[in-house]
Amino acid sequence: MSGKLRIHVDQDKCQGHSRCKALAPELFDLDEFGNAHEAGDGIVPPGLEDKAYLAKSNCPELAIDITED
Amino acid sequence: MNKPAPVTDWVHDFDHTDPRWTENPFPIWDELRAECPVVHTERFLGVYMPTTYEAVKQIAYDTEHFSSRRVIVRTVRPEITQSAPPITSDPPEHKPAKQLLLPPFTPDAMKKLEPRVREICNELIDEFINDSKVDAAARYTKHIPVRAIAHMLGIPEKDSELFIKWIHEILELGITDDDALVRGVNEMSHYFAGHIEQRKKNPTDDLISTLMNARDKNGQPLSDMHVLGSLRLLLIAGIDTTWSAIGASLWHLAKTPADRERLLAEPALIPTAVEEFLRAYSPVTMAREVMKETTISGCPIKPGNMVLLSFPAANRDPAMFPDADKVIIDRKENRHAAFGLGIHRCVGSNLARMEMTIALEEWLKRIPDFRLDPAGEVTWSEGTVRGPRQLPLLLGKQH
Repeated sequence: MSGKLRIHVDQDKCQGHSRCKALAPELFDLDEFGNAHEAGDGIVPPGLEDKAYLAKSNCPELAIDITED
Repeated sequence: MNKPAPVTDWVHDFDHTDPRWTENPFPIWDELRAECPVVHTERFLGVYMPTTYEAVKQIAYDTEHFSSRRVIVRTVRPEITQSAPPITSDPPEHKPAKQLLLPPFTPDAMKKLEPRVREICNELIDEFINDSKVDAAARYTKHIPVRAIAHMLGIPEKDSELFIKWIHEILELGITDDDALVRGVNEMSHYFAGHIEQRKKNPTDDLISTLMNARDKNGQPLSDMHVLGSLRLLLIAGIDTTWSAIGASLWHLAKTPADRERLLAEPALIPTAVEEFLRAYSPVTMAREVMKETTISGCPIKPGNMVLLSFPAANRDPAMFPDADKVIIDRKENRHAAFGLGIHRCVGSNLARMEMTIALEEWLKRIPDFRLDPAGEVTWSEGTVRGPRQLPLLLGKQH
């Protein structure tokens, strides 16, 4: 069994397309300008791994990183 | 105005206003991409066009060599007198101007607007639901964005014919006719100046007042010129772009019964299909002006030229999208650039996505069966924003 996944949104790259929020609303929060941040500490709860990868693969700015803890 | 000579060599002499490009640009882009990642034409006083996703992305990210002070490729390049921040801004002025506009266009803000957009769609459908045929571009897709943005700005929805006229003058006629462009811009500025004056006496809670109440980083209100420029931008950018995107989506569904049936059976798939329509039929091509010599994808780029920043061509690049020429309405991985890449990401992208989704949902609910009218002709707009301007459809089951 592999470790937990952790997501991180690079604030220098995010331009607020908000694709991640549309595809994985549990995993991302938007600020008042619509830029995305990982929700909480970025740990992906079990069962949401596919959504995390879906969000990553639809970010036009390649701003989302996923690492394994 | 003399008609330009027809193109015989797309690779060295392209013209994005040629009727063949307007009608069906995809094979032309494939030809250009096969030849070079950046092509050049002497037309329009000298223009480069990146043809690959990679080259488009490099230019979009490079605000040092490429300026946004001119964002439309035209036959003339007059002195710049009017700006429309933030779309015509470069760093460092860009970010503060953009940040003023972002909060009213977040996904949450769009959710509040959604019920009005649903009503607009149904009001429009009511007008032709009992007919056997309709020009969906003239009677449906054209009116949704213009009414929605009017609603947000707090200006009368009934003035929409006027807005559409100005936009035609600025974005289509203006490519070759400077008088038309100046006329459109001046009439629009005069119109908004009146609304600004009204709000100085009677403040409202719409987007015009939001801009008027905004403060820059020094705590100062924006100049009337800045407010006017941003209002012109919102109106211009918010209308025929989404008109085109909704129209192209309906055009696709009218000629692709399998996709239509699938969305009828699985309406939850509509937002995913919207992303694919945005990729495959991206309406908006932007432009940049070359400020300093550089190299893009191995190609030398020289100042004095404009760049046709074709997000639509980038979105058809097979190196980025498998089966780039196929419309796959459940495409999983879709990093399309329909709303641009980098700091100039379209401020209205959440609005456009919401309008497209609602427009398709409401149409499919009430008009599940429709197809292209073989007796009619689909026509496409020319230039910067591409979409159907005539979309004759037959409504109801085929007999």
